[in-house]
Amino acid sequence: MRVLAAMSGGVDSAVAAALAVDAGHDVTGVHLALSPDRQMLRSGARGCCSVEDAHDARRVADELGIPFYVWDLADRFREDVVDDFVAEYAAGRTPNPCLRCNEKIKFSAVLDRAQALGFDAVVTGHHARLHEGELRRSVDAGKDQSYVLGVLRPDQLASAMFPLGSITKDRVREIAAERGFAVAGKPDSHDICFIPDGDTRGFLARTLGSRPGPVVDAATGATVGQHDGTYGFTVGQRKGLGVSVGDQRPRYVLGIEPVTRTVTIGTQDLTGIGEVRTGVPTWTGPAPALPLAAHVQLRAHGTPVPCEVLADDGGLRIVLAEEQRGVAPGQSAVLYEPDPARGDRVLGQAAVQTARERNETVRH
Amino acid sequence: MTYLDHAATTPMLPEVLATMTEQLGRVGNASSLHASGRAARRSAEQSRERLAEALGARPSEVVFTGGGTESDNLAVKGLFWARRQADSRRRRIVVSPAEHHAVLDSVEWLAKHDGADVTWLRVEPTGRITPDAFAEALGDGSDVAVASVMWANNEIGTVTDIAALAALAREVGVPLHTDAVQAVGQVPVDFGASGADALTMTGHKLGGPMGAGALLLRRDAECTPLLHGGGQERDVRSGTLDVAAIVGLAVATVASVNSREERAARLADLRGRLVAGVVAQVPDVQLNGAPLDDRIGGGPGRLPGNAHLSFPGAEGDALLMLLDARGIECSTGSACSAGVARPSHVLLATGADTDRARSSLRFSLGHTSTDDDVDAVLEVIGPVVERARRAGMNQR
Repeated sequence: MRVLAAMSGGVDSAVAAALAVDAGHDVTGVHLALSPDRQMLRSGARGCCSVEDAHDARRVADELGIPFYVWDLADRFREDVVDDFVAEYAAGRTPNPCLRCNEKIKFSAVLDRAQALGFDAVVTGHHARLHEGELRRSVDAGKDQSYVLGVLRPDQLASAMFPLGSITKDRVREIAAERGFAVAGKPDSHDICFIPDGDTRGFLARTLGSRPGPVVDAATGATVGQHDGTYGFTVGQRKGLGVSVGDQRPRYVLGIEPVTRTVTIGTQDLTGIGEVRTGVPTWTGPAPALPLAAHVQLRAHGTPVPCEVLADDGGLRIVLAEEQRGVAPGQSAVLYEPDPARGDRVLGQAAVQTARERNETVRH
Repeated sequence: MTYLDHAATTPMLPEVLATMTEQLGRVGNASSLHASGRAARRSAEQSRERLAEALGARPSEVVFTGGGTESDNLAVKGLFWARRQADSRRRRIVVSPAEHHAVLDSVEWLAKHDGADVTWLRVEPTGRITPDAFAEALGDGSDVAVASVMWANNEIGTVTDIAALAALAREVGVPLHTDAVQAVGQVPVDFGASGADALTMTGHKLGGPMGAGALLLRRDAECTPLLHGGGQERDVRSGTLDVAAIVGLAVATVASVNSREERAARLADLRGRLVAGVVAQVPDVQLNGAPLDDRIGGGPGRLPGNAHLSFPGAEGDALLMLLDARGIECSTGSACSAGVARPSHVLLATGADTDRARSSLRFSLGHTSTDDDVDAVLEVIGPVVERARRAGMNQR
């Protein structure tokens, strides 16, 4: 097949490209320039689109003897990922920009362009298994990235290749070292690539400016403080609330109301979530029959929880078998079919709209 | 492999390779006083004389450098510094926005860090600088430190009448530098007759080695050095002479200039067939730069091996990738340090819009080009353009 390897400059995508070459595919490497500031130089692990990263990707491509190009997707990335990220926070939600990037950039803008140019598939260094259209967790549970791929549709998965799903991250580094790739020891990236200093709150404050509002205690309804912007808060957050309530018990963010800019806080006993309601789901295969017993993962690197999935006015109602804390609107609820032998299978995902405590669930 | 990127670099001539290989085996610093040093110096000085003769310069006007970028930097910064030193009112640089980045970025550096004021020349839609535009920008010249206009454009191949501009500069006492990297060996270049004060040339565009070039610099031109040290090259460019590279540069320059007429005619024919063949398959293709048969100052108005084309609705980037996959090597405009394709600043300077600038490709023919190369492009260009158009402009 003629395949396009998206090469970030990191070790994963380097080895993914190498494995695609080994598998006999006709591989072309592409580095996606996503940063609005193309001269940005950052230290190794931070960011995904610096000049140094483009150089690292090019070095690997040259070693593999494959063509290499840089595609400028900075405008698309800003519109579809960065602006969306900011707008979601402004609306009181907590988005996952990596998921959005996979949905809108890597397996949409890049895939569309690749197909138009005559490529059959896009190869990435994601740690997830993809076999005959079935997307499953990586064999390396600690590095599994199936969560951020949960948003992909069957047509997108049909043109995707994830060569790393059946090997561990340690093995990826070994392969890179065996091949003499300079990126073999390059640290993993952890931060959001367009916030290289890791200060999401600072980024949002710079972007959105001061948008003050009240902090209200759920138990009394009393305003107990002021904040500079709801974007500084995520549901479930304990630290940095900047308020002191009389009884001195720790408070947690329970909810964010963007119109009145009200941040509601409460004691730990109020933070448990028994069910979530979502927007319209996407499925990795044919839509399953509902209700459905499955597992749900509510954030990247979160623990999957058994649940029952019901249809709910176009969206889903997901009833959790165990209470969860810190479930924020905007997060993706990714549904899995447990399969210890072949890896849990990703069924689909939907964005959380509301999360409720168990008591309310019972009343329904 | 079909190599149509000779303006980027062209294969070394066999006689250059042979001469350099021989020279590389010899010991000797051209600054040393013993026999080995004298032999090295003799080779270097013979090369200086031959190169000077081929380009209408005096041997003492040849300053060997590490290539075109260094020559451009030395001319622009060196002349600016020396002229301002002599008279602090001279802070203005008159320059074309269609110059190579080696000139543009030198000028912009001087503007940012050294108090230079920049007057950007008006560029014709062909990419040419007219004497009128030049005279207008010079004014009475009293506040101008240096002017720089390229002899032939590296992207679209347009030739400017440097002699006409040099005469105007001389009238108002302003030194004119010209980047002739693409012109030497392609069109007649006579430094003395042109009246320019400084001229940049380089080896690897005409069959010589990379990393070897020269600045032809009039004896009376004051130029502050960039490199200080042993005082080689009239004290303007210190550094041990790279004798093998200098020998190679001179052999290549002489060979290229001597064979220019015959080669230019042959390349112009091939280029004409290439453009006509592309037009036949892609009727809305746009030729950038001067017409193919354009004339200026008694010579060709466009480099004979240059075909610069815009394919509306297709991205140059996508075209290049698709052609590369089919064994055809050409180029788009410039890329930033991360490799992101930028719309050609040259086309933008000619008044082209961003879409036209982004949809362009440069085919540049050279001494090894053949009919087969043209056939290879014509065999695939139709489907390639069609596919690139499907991939769409800006992926939208």
